[in-house]
Amino acid sequence: MERELRIDEPGPRDDSVPAAPRRQRRGGFAATYLTPKESIPPLAVLVLGVLSFAIPLGAWAVLTYGGVIDPFTLPDPGAVISALQYMFATNNFIADVWASSSRILIGFAISAILGVPLGILMGSFRAVQALFEPLISFARYLPASAFIPLLIVWLGFGESEKVAIIVIGCFFQLCLLVADISAGVQKELLQIAYTLGAKRRQVFTRVLIPASLPGVVDTLRIIVGWAWTYLIVAELVGAETGIGHVILAAQRTGFTDQIIAAILTIGILGLITDAAFRLLHHLLFPYVERPGQTGSRAVVLARLNPFAWGR
Amino acid sequence: MSRIVLDHVRMVYPGRDGGVLALNDISLTVEEGQFGAIVGASGCGKSTLLNIVGGLVTPTGGEVRLDHELIDGPGADRGMVFQSYTLYPWKSVRRNIEFGLALRHVPKERRRAVTDELIAQVGLEGFADAYPKALSGGMKQRVAIARALANDPRVLLMDEPFGALDAQTRVVMQELLLDIWERSRKTVLFVTHDIDEAILLSDVVYVLSSRPGTLRLRLPIDLDRPRSLDTMGTPRFAAFKRQILEIIHRESLREAGLTNRLGAGRGTASAGDAQTG
Repeated sequence: MERELRIDEPGPRDDSVPAAPRRQRRGGFAATYLTPKESIPPLAVLVLGVLSFAIPLGAWAVLTYGGVIDPFTLPDPGAVISALQYMFATNNFIADVWASSSRILIGFAISAILGVPLGILMGSFRAVQALFEPLISFARYLPASAFIPLLIVWLGFGESEKVAIIVIGCFFQLCLLVADISAGVQKELLQIAYTLGAKRRQVFTRVLIPASLPGVVDTLRIIVGWAWTYLIVAELVGAETGIGHVILAAQRTGFTDQIIAAILTIGILGLITDAAFRLLHHLLFPYVERPGQTGSRAVVLARLNPFAWGR
Repeated sequence: MSRIVLDHVRMVYPGRDGGVLALNDISLTVEEGQFGAIVGASGCGKSTLLNIVGGLVTPTGGEVRLDHELIDGPGADRGMVFQSYTLYPWKSVRRNIEFGLALRHVPKERRRAVTDELIAQVGLEGFADAYPKALSGGMKQRVAIARALANDPRVLLMDEPFGALDAQTRVVMQELLLDIWERSRKTVLFVTHDIDEAILLSDVVYVLSSRPGTLRLRLPIDLDRPRSLDTMGTPRFAAFKRQILEIIHRESLREAGLTNRLGAGRGTASAGDAQTG
């Protein structure tokens, strides 16, 4: 019935191919920029992206060079840059950056090595979930920073205390997020594997795990950002090295420019880590559908598909 | 060799008031080499029925046999194709198709030969190394069919495999399936809500009514084979269709009447609306 109604639809078309390239909307500013979920011109994206840094930077410059705020409370951008140069040249700041980074690396690696497998097991097996989820759901509400005094008593001010803070802050959240990902794997993917002759073990190792991996790497990218927060807190409380230690030392000696330089350094390290994870995701999972890319590619392939022609 | 027998199959989903009766005493047989179709509205339990044959769902009562073996779980002897796209996104077309063979450690050369043949059969030459994300819906279902066939299963179970495709693609896929079936003559159990599709493809159409899913009609379709789109224009095709529509219409009226008596305010819209797919 339906078929008879639709057979005279014009032209070849394949399913799942998005409708033809979006028609340019007519109308003014509002229609172009204020229609929900619609794309805007590429140039506008670039300009707005630059503005997102330029506006706060400009405001900062006006407030400081304009003399609105005194240089001690808020040093000007130039002062911060020369502070950064000074820190690297004279204070061996690179050693502190490395100290912090290596703590992040170790703490994050421990969290991932423990948290990812446990999360996948929790998301896949009801028994594991029933055993661990109540405790982990409780534990993730315990603020990691509240453990610092206790950990100092247990472990002293050394590296293991810093790493432990990161693990406490990341592990529980990671478990639950990874569990959600593996629980969200489309059930039909598992069912099909069974009907193809897979044993339970094969369904787990050859379907569930590979199906979860892209989401897991995405989660790791988000979690590593949190690791920085916990580490800096730990370093502020008590450390001989590290970016947090530099910030505290600068506060004691009244160098606000160095504080800001150190904070900006953390931001840049975060951006680099984020970019590295995105790159890793692209390299490891070239098959994942990514917004923007799929549409055009599917259209091209659909045109190559002889079965979509002439009907 | 491969005959599907459903014997007084009954399915109750647990819930309040003794649960929901989804399938009520279904008995049917799909003979060796036959193409059987089950038609019914959404929520009539036809997908459940197929999943029971696939061994993915255990019936509350009755039993399903493949020849003389009792079905008590999924297995490689029953290939399945679902309506939703179920290709493994991290595997290429070829790797998807050969997955069942790889699970059984079939040697690589043999797998290659099988996949090459199937890729040609479903018309996906040149796409062997493409990832599913590059494929259209129709192409994905071609791969899903090839993947099910790669195991050389005794029966093929298809759950509205073309339900998500647009009308044009669906017609192409129906002809492709007819062609594949003509060559392999596998026993097929095919679930659909599209009456035209059921008649075009099948040797026997079973009509299932809703709530609880009950077998209303067994209609042998003795249209000549091979069939094609032209078959759908014949008077005999129309007669079969009328017969099925009459049953469905009567069922709708019956259900609507029932609903009216139950609660005046709730209207009569229950005949076709969905419960679960």
